Amino acid sequence: MNPMNYVILATVLFSVGATAVLLRRNAIIAFMGIELMLNASNLLLVTFARVNGAIAGQVDAFAVLVVAAAEVVVGLAIIIALSRSRQNISLDEPSEMKG
Amino acid sequence: MLHLSWLIIAVPLASAAVILLAGRAARKWGHWLAVAASATTVIVGIGAFVQMLGLDRGDRAFHETLFRWIPGGELSVDAGILVDPLSMSFVLLVSVVGTLIHVYSVAYMEHDPRRSTFFAYLNLFIAAMFLLVLADSYLLLFVGWEGVGLASYLLIGFWNQKSEFATAANKAFIVNRIGDMGLILAMALMFAHLGSVDFAHAFAAAPGASTGVLTAIGLALLLAACGKSAQFPLQSWLGDAMAGPTPVSALIHAATMVTAGVYLVVRSGPIFAGAPNALLAVAAVGAITLVMGAIIGMAKDDIKKALAASTMSQIGYMMLAAGLGPVGYAFAIFHLLTHGFFKAGMFLGAGSVMHGMDDQVNMRRFGGLATLMKFTWVTFGLGWLAILGVPPFSGFWSKDKIIEAAFIGDGWKPWVFGLTAMLGAGLTAYYMSRLFFMTFYGGKRWTDDQHPHESPLMMTVPMMILAAGSAVLGLVLARGNAFTAWLEPVTGTVAHGEPVLAVPLIMTLTLILVALGVAAAYFQYVSRPVPITEPRASVLTLAARRDLFQDTVNGALVQWPGEVLTRIAVYADAAAIDGAVNKTASGTAGLGEVVRKLQTGKVRSYAATMLVGVVILLAIVVKGGR
Amino acid sequence: MFPFLTVLIVLPAVAAIVLRALPASARHASRPIALGSAIAELALAVVMAVRFVPSAAGDHQFAQVHSWIPQIGASWAVGVDGMGLLLILLAVLLTPLVILAGWKDDDDADRQMKYLGLILALESFMVLIFAARDVFLFYVAFEAMLIPLYFLIGLFGGEQRRYAAVKFLVFSLVGGLVMLAGVIALYGAGPGGSQGFLTDNLKGLSMSTTTERLIFVAFFFAFAIKAPMVPLHTWLPTVAQTARPGTTTLLVAVLDKVGTFGMISLCLPLFPNASRWAAPVIISFAVASVIYGAVLAIGQKDMLRLVAYTSVSHFGVMVLGIFAFRQTALEGSAFYMLNHGLSTGALFLVVGFLIKRRGSAQIADFGGLQRVVPVLAGTFLIIGLSALALPGLSPFVSEIMVLVGAYPAARAAVIVAIVGVVLAALYILLAYQKIFTGPVRKGLEKTPDLSLREKLVTGPLIVAMVVLGFVPGVALTVLRDPAAAAITTTVPANTAAEVSQ
Repeated sequence: MNPMNYVILATVLFSVGATAVLLRRNAIIAFMGIELMLNASNLLLVTFARVNGAIAGQVDAFAVLVVAAAEVVVGLAIIIALSRSRQNISLDEPSEMKG
Repeated sequence: MLHLSWLIIAVPLASAAVILLAGRAARKWGHWLAVAASATTVIVGIGAFVQMLGLDRGDRAFHETLFRWIPGGELSVDAGILVDPLSMSFVLLVSVVGTLIHVYSVAYMEHDPRRSTFFAYLNLFIAAMFLLVLADSYLLLFVGWEGVGLASYLLIGFWNQKSEFATAANKAFIVNRIGDMGLILAMALMFAHLGSVDFAHAFAAAPGASTGVLTAIGLALLLAACGKSAQFPLQSWLGDAMAGPTPVSALIHAATMVTAGVYLVVRSGPIFAGAPNALLAVAAVGAITLVMGAIIGMAKDDIKKALAASTMSQIGYMMLAAGLGPVGYAFAIFHLLTHGFFKAGMFLGAGSVMHGMDDQVNMRRFGGLATLMKFTWVTFGLGWLAILGVPPFSGFWSKDKIIEAAFIGDGWKPWVFGLTAMLGAGLTAYYMSRLFFMTFYGGKRWTDDQHPHESPLMMTVPMMILAAGSAVLGLVLARGNAFTAWLEPVTGTVAHGEPVLAVPLIMTLTLILVALGVAAAYFQYVSRPVPITEPRASVLTLAARRDLFQDTVNGALVQWPGEVLTRIAVYADAAAIDGAVNKTASGTAGLGEVVRKLQTGKVRSYAATMLVGVVILLAIVVKGGR
Repeated sequence: MFPFLTVLIVLPAVAAIVLRALPASARHASRPIALGSAIAELALAVVMAVRFVPSAAGDHQFAQVHSWIPQIGASWAVGVDGMGLLLILLAVLLTPLVILAGWKDDDDADRQMKYLGLILALESFMVLIFAARDVFLFYVAFEAMLIPLYFLIGLFGGEQRRYAAVKFLVFSLVGGLVMLAGVIALYGAGPGGSQGFLTDNLKGLSMSTTTERLIFVAFFFAFAIKAPMVPLHTWLPTVAQTARPGTTTLLVAVLDKVGTFGMISLCLPLFPNASRWAAPVIISFAVASVIYGAVLAIGQKDMLRLVAYTSVSHFGVMVLGIFAFRQTALEGSAFYMLNHGLSTGALFLVVGFLIKRRGSAQIADFGGLQRVVPVLAGTFLIIGLSALALPGLSPFVSEIMVLVGAYPAARAAVIVAIVGVVLAALYILLAYQKIFTGPVRKGLEKTPDLSLREKLVTGPLIVAMVVLGFVPGVALTVLRDPAAAAITTTVPANTAAEVSQ
């Protein structure tokens, strides 16, 4: 097994995710990009766990999965609430976070 | 009864606490409880005195540790009492005079709604005074020292619904506090250099300390004494202190508390023994105050303020005597005792006059009272003869000894101090005669609505007893140098020096000066009518009426700069220190205004920034890792 | 062994939570619940004090160490020496009195409940901070107690309460931040590991001179803000003027002691060399505080600000006593911390009673009250006299111990500080004169005298001061060893000299 393949795959996945987050206005797409990035890092965790023969990486990957699930719940709820109140889910519209 | 001596402090203290805590309930019986407490101290005091007389002279120091006050450590202090001939003299003076004044006050304060409070304060005072003189360490003495100051403050301001009386009380306390700095400093010095603040250890260590240290301690103690005893330059409070009820002036501001400074100096004899310069300063302060008080006394028309000036002057005598060193210690205390009797008597007499004259204090409004207030007149007259130093009344025995002692020594000192003391006797004769004549002789100068009358027996009997003391106490104590011998265990044996002038000559000159003083007062205030308003007068008289500008000087040197400094400080604190803080705060807020422009609120730009940031960080880590 | 300290820390917090959880219908019971729990806390603390072994007052008794966050070396480590014990007693004594003093401050049951909840939460942190034996835990408590205080000032103050709350928070946070840097650096310098923050593990570290000095300054800076030292004091008058007297009482009487407590229990033992190095400068600032605070107190027109400035002056005396490195002086300082809490706490409370009656804190709005309310006047006077260190009351013993004890080490400083004795008389007596003497001011003729409840508040404090004034030994015996311990590490020579005597 050549870990390099997995690393390259993870890098590609992460880049795709990051690009989606940065370039797409649609909140759902951006959200999917985030998920991609998370799973890219999961892939790396599992890979290196395998390489090092240690269990910790896989445990961490589980933790990330759980966090991601939770995040999906909250994130989707926010998106739905946004779409209800604004009739669209464009990310550039809300700027209440402006300092 | 020596082992019961602590009761002398405890009983009046407990009585004061009971009366104060009982509040209104104590109105009916508070004064009698206070009198009983005070009388108890007389009984215990006399009992202890008799027991002490039965002891050998060398064993007449009874020391008992009551409890451990400040435990362990370097500064370990036990609360203990020391009854020796010196403190015993004070115990007898304070208990006897105090009790008489308690009795007098029952009648004097009869119509005051807060009479029981007044008696609680009086009890508090005598308890603190006993603690002062019975303490076996400077620290415990300081407790009494401040206690009498507190009682004095409360009693001067007893009628503090009048603003100026409240001011007088504050002035007394604050000027006293300036003196207290001296006592604290003295204790700090003793702790650092003598290793202890209790009498026994400090005095034992004193001979081993350097002259410089002892002089510093001596001067610090002198500062304390000046504050408490109204000596130059801390004398200004005593005149104002006459705002208090007259029995208070008699007890606190004539007979007992104000003499605490003299006690302090005499008690600290072993320290002053190694500090001749400090002792010289004591004598100089005494001499200056002696003359100053006399000059002020010559011009005052307020009977109580004239008596207060006289008190200052007489304490000046005591300080002068104490400043002469061991040779004068006994005479200082001797004069202190006789003065306690005759001055308290005269103050009570003044109170009796005021009682009969609707609280009038202006002597220009008195006159011709001798026939109307016979008891007051006779008792006051005895006090007057005593303070003049007319033989065989008590002032003669004590004051004459001081004048003689002041002439002992070599160089310029005996001449300066001796002649000052002698001159002071003449001045005393003048101002006291002026006071006596203006009050009891000459034409009636009362306002129309006044009907002078003699005071009740409850007031005159204490006056009579004090007058009897004024008459014979000196003779009794001076017979065969009894008093000097009694104090010898404390003051030490002194080789008697010879005055630079012959003793009979000193005595004769003094008496001539006294006679001149009386004659001058007689011609001025009896032969001629006394004007009701102050006549125009010389510069010196005007200055004396204004207390020799002591308040003006204090105001210009201390009060005014102090007020300005306070105002500047208050302003600076708000403007500069707090201002700087607020400037920092608003500056930070301004910076925030600038930075917040960077926050667009666009989620994606945040995400982009984060990504760039992470990449940069990663690059650094990776690069750094190599 | 019963975990006294942990229970003492948890009990008020639980009570605070219970108060919050009360249903709206039961909110009127919040006062009895709060008072009851505060009294239970006091009783428990008294039991603990009785079981405290005075002969081992230098050791930390009732100690408990539990692992808390081992990854960063933080532990739940509590224990008290004599000094901590007395300060905890002070805190748990004042809390029920403050609750009692503010019994009628709120008509609204909901506000009442919130106020009391915050006070109890504060009590919990107060106990924690004096018991903490772990620098990280200490730091957490140091910062966490700002939360209830911020709300106590910001929600329940007078005018300008927001300004005051923010000012207080900013001052404290700046101090805390600097201290945090010190805490982290200290961990780095220490042995590390899962108990790397235990105070005992951080003593006697070998650090470079510069490191030690920097960490010392970080800690001292935070403490100097807490124990308001000139020129870091300006938050105190603002807060005192604005917050409720009850809040200010706890803040000044107890919480500010964290500053001096920290100096004795952290600065001196952990950074002995730096402490010696900084002592002359600190003593200068301490003496400046004594005089400056007193002068400003004289010039104040607002009673609460006046009392606040007197505290600046008194804290100056305490710091002077600490950095003189002499047994008597340091013992006096530690004792002064207790006495100042009693005296100033009582003064703030009694001033609160006056304000309640007049609706104003301006001295000029009063006059001639002594004839109308003699008991209140007498109470004020006694407490005022304790603030000017009148003999017979406990602050005197501590002040004289500091002044006399520090003299051999810092002569000039003590001589200047003694001037404070006169200034103290001025600020107390002038205020008393303006408020209580002279003719009775219009509108004050019917002022009610102290009620039984108010007597119950001030009575215990006065009794405590009188008792400690005559038998200070009860407190001093447990302060000796802690003071000696602080000095032994800092200036061993001074202890040696003391033992030889």
